[in-house]
Amino acid sequence: MRSYDKYFRENRLPHMWCPGCGNGIVMKAIVQAIEAKNLDQDKTVIVSGIGCSSRASGYMNFDTLHTAHGRAIPFATGIKLANPELNVIVITGDGDCTAIGGNHFIHGARRNVDLTVILFNNNIYGMTGGQASPLTPLGKKATTAPYGSVDRPFDPCHLAEAAGATYVARSTAYHVKHLSDMIFQGMGNKGFSFIEAITQCPIAYGRKNKLGDAPEMLKWMSETAVMKAAYDKLPEEKREGKFPIGVFYNSEFTEYTTAYQKVIDLAGGAR
Amino acid sequence: MGNIKLMQGNEACAEGALAAGVRFFGGYPITPSTEIAESMAVMLPKVGGTFIQMEDEIAGIAVVLGASLAGKKVLTATSGPGFSLKQELIGYAAIAEIPLVIANVQRLGPSTGQPTSPAQGDVMQARWGTHGDHPMIALSPWTVKESFEVAVKAVNYAERFRTPVIILLDEIVGHLREKVELPDAKDIEIYPRRRPDCSREQGYEPYRPAADLVPNVADFGTGNRIHVTGLVHDETGFPSGSPKVTEESIRRLHQKIEIVQDEITHYDEFFMEDAEYAVVSYGGTARTAYAAVLEARNKGIKVGMVRLMTIWPFADKIVKKVANQVKAILVPELNYGQLVNEVERAAGGKAKVKLLAKYNTEIFTPNEICTAIEDLTAEVAD
Amino acid sequence: MKQIRLSGSGGQGVITAAIIFAEGAVKEGKEAVQSQSYGPEARGGASKAEVIISDQAIYHPKVTTPDIVLAMTQQAADKYYDDLHEDGILIVDEDLVPNVPNFPNVIKVPITRIAVEQVGKSLFANMVALGLLVKVSGLVSFDVIKETVAKRVPPATIEKNTMALELGFDAVK
Repeated sequence: MRSYDKYFRENRLPHMWCPGCGNGIVMKAIVQAIEAKNLDQDKTVIVSGIGCSSRASGYMNFDTLHTAHGRAIPFATGIKLANPELNVIVITGDGDCTAIGGNHFIHGARRNVDLTVILFNNNIYGMTGGQASPLTPLGKKATTAPYGSVDRPFDPCHLAEAAGATYVARSTAYHVKHLSDMIFQGMGNKGFSFIEAITQCPIAYGRKNKLGDAPEMLKWMSETAVMKAAYDKLPEEKREGKFPIGVFYNSEFTEYTTAYQKVIDLAGGAR
Repeated sequence: MGNIKLMQGNEACAEGALAAGVRFFGGYPITPSTEIAESMAVMLPKVGGTFIQMEDEIAGIAVVLGASLAGKKVLTATSGPGFSLKQELIGYAAIAEIPLVIANVQRLGPSTGQPTSPAQGDVMQARWGTHGDHPMIALSPWTVKESFEVAVKAVNYAERFRTPVIILLDEIVGHLREKVELPDAKDIEIYPRRRPDCSREQGYEPYRPAADLVPNVADFGTGNRIHVTGLVHDETGFPSGSPKVTEESIRRLHQKIEIVQDEITHYDEFFMEDAEYAVVSYGGTARTAYAAVLEARNKGIKVGMVRLMTIWPFADKIVKKVANQVKAILVPELNYGQLVNEVERAAGGKAKVKLLAKYNTEIFTPNEICTAIEDLTAEVAD
Repeated sequence: MKQIRLSGSGGQGVITAAIIFAEGAVKEGKEAVQSQSYGPEARGGASKAEVIISDQAIYHPKVTTPDIVLAMTQQAADKYYDDLHEDGILIVDEDLVPNVPNFPNVIKVPITRIAVEQVGKSLFANMVALGLLVKVSGLVSFDVIKETVAKRVPPATIEKNTMALELGFDAVK
């Protein structure tokens, strides 16, 4: 038995993800971070939206909440504010977080609520068979972009930072230990922490775009992801086709429940 | 003498919710409901509660659902357009059985319509606004004092039946300031949050219904490690694709309310003893209808009135009884005709049912309704 | 049952005056309801607030036949006086309503001028008007209204508000 097995609901496994899907890797990286952080299993809540990634909550042995499409962050905000002693982790996907839930994403970051948000970025709507998301790269094909996407994608890390998140990081399903460490550090930040986890969808995205099978997609991650410190030193022309991973931003700002405690104090109340 | 003051309907709604134990409000400002949010912003931190203004209407309901799951009694407030935006998550609250109270202060629509004008156009939206099948409880106050009382009832029903409950206010009552006498806190009955009846080790299942068909879903953070989803689920709370489970769960959602329908159907009867005609009315319009019935009585017309507080589930029994007694029923509504169809259905042809509709931003005058009563008596005589 | 309509333009404080009037009545044990028109109409254009006072329960919540109409602007006077009860009273700001509607029973008082010249700011015109209404209506005791105002306004302004109330109260016999 592995030390992190207790964080899974074994009677709910095997999971429903396709063979070769990276979501299981990211889910494991999350529980390893929880284990390293030694979070109280009964005081930790996993909140997810709708999509492939968001099915993860059902497999995880905590209080878990599978919300409506796009709404994980405001549900999670309510949980955290109602009971600030809970550790609240949000699992979301690229469509869930940056399309239908985009407004909640930026406002969660703006308020700096103490949430750890992990975005499983597989560049596609996998659950529904491969429609384009706001993170589908330019030119890549989807069932709703059969000639290649002309919609410019977001960089969700830049978006999170600009909106006020106090911890922003990225890693990939290939860099499992690094990914887990990025999540671990995010859990240590008292405020809105955002971690983009790049994960492969060989079925609905990889196949359509001739990216090969899962090992090939993972290989692509290993070859094109560059640690941020190294990436920053690369001359512009050598950055072409590469992307940085690591901690992009980390700052201090009053966390929301702390700020609201001041409101309660000013009003003369007590929790 | 209790606590007598001049108070606005929206404020009384907020006060009632607070008195019933609401400690969390999330929402988005929208006329004519904003005073509810503003009152909560002032009052909640004073009692250690939390108020949060969210980025949109959907977030406004999502945040209170999260807080409800984490153990707080919750309220959100909105008006027509916002009520439309909240519908998906009202359905979520119904299927995931999360206690939730939504105050909807109706205004004239559709769309932006006439934001500051009274209307009663959300009667059907309150019942059928979401997709799929689930029951709904909606209560409509006609006085400022009752706005307080309805808020208390709504919170208690939401907790007891673990279901969304709608306070169907209208601009007339919401913005009216009126003399109220509020009850002392000790005289207010409060239904406590339901708790699991056994431990995880003893085989606790969060969605196993108790004797009243309502499950004792544990609050997050109490060591039960439950799963909550908007998917159809079995007693464990986990999704199920089984036709049998699906059918049983949809049926139970309805039955848990059906078995208490008589208890939660609240209404007033006025002058019905000898009535040959009746007015069925609700919300702010019922005030004008009452004045009109008095006027008609002074003219010698034997007219009575039924004032519905419980709009949903619909008061079939009482309307049926009235239809068996009177020759005709008048239904004045500030819309193109909504609840009148329910009255007609319940009356089942036993009495003529007539709509008096108004949808021009103005409320009825007593004279208009009185004239309609007189016209109705003439029509029946013909 | 007495029905009173206060009208003027947005920012003149007619709604506040109406609320205080109704609060005073409630303090005296009477039934009272107060309502107003909201929205664009209340910002700059004609705005109105209504109060109904009675010894018995009040059902229909709006004024149908006013016993008193107060008009603080010409526009308000033109718009809101015509359903006055034939024995009713129209009160106008005599400077701001130069063309007084043709109505048998009109009381003309320089409401805003009194506020500016004797209290120091037009902001107090609503309190002058309230004092006037208390006197003309005879529905609520002046002392109760003074207490209500004192509880409602910022402490630093109690003196001036009370002064405005008294000037209004004494402006008519």
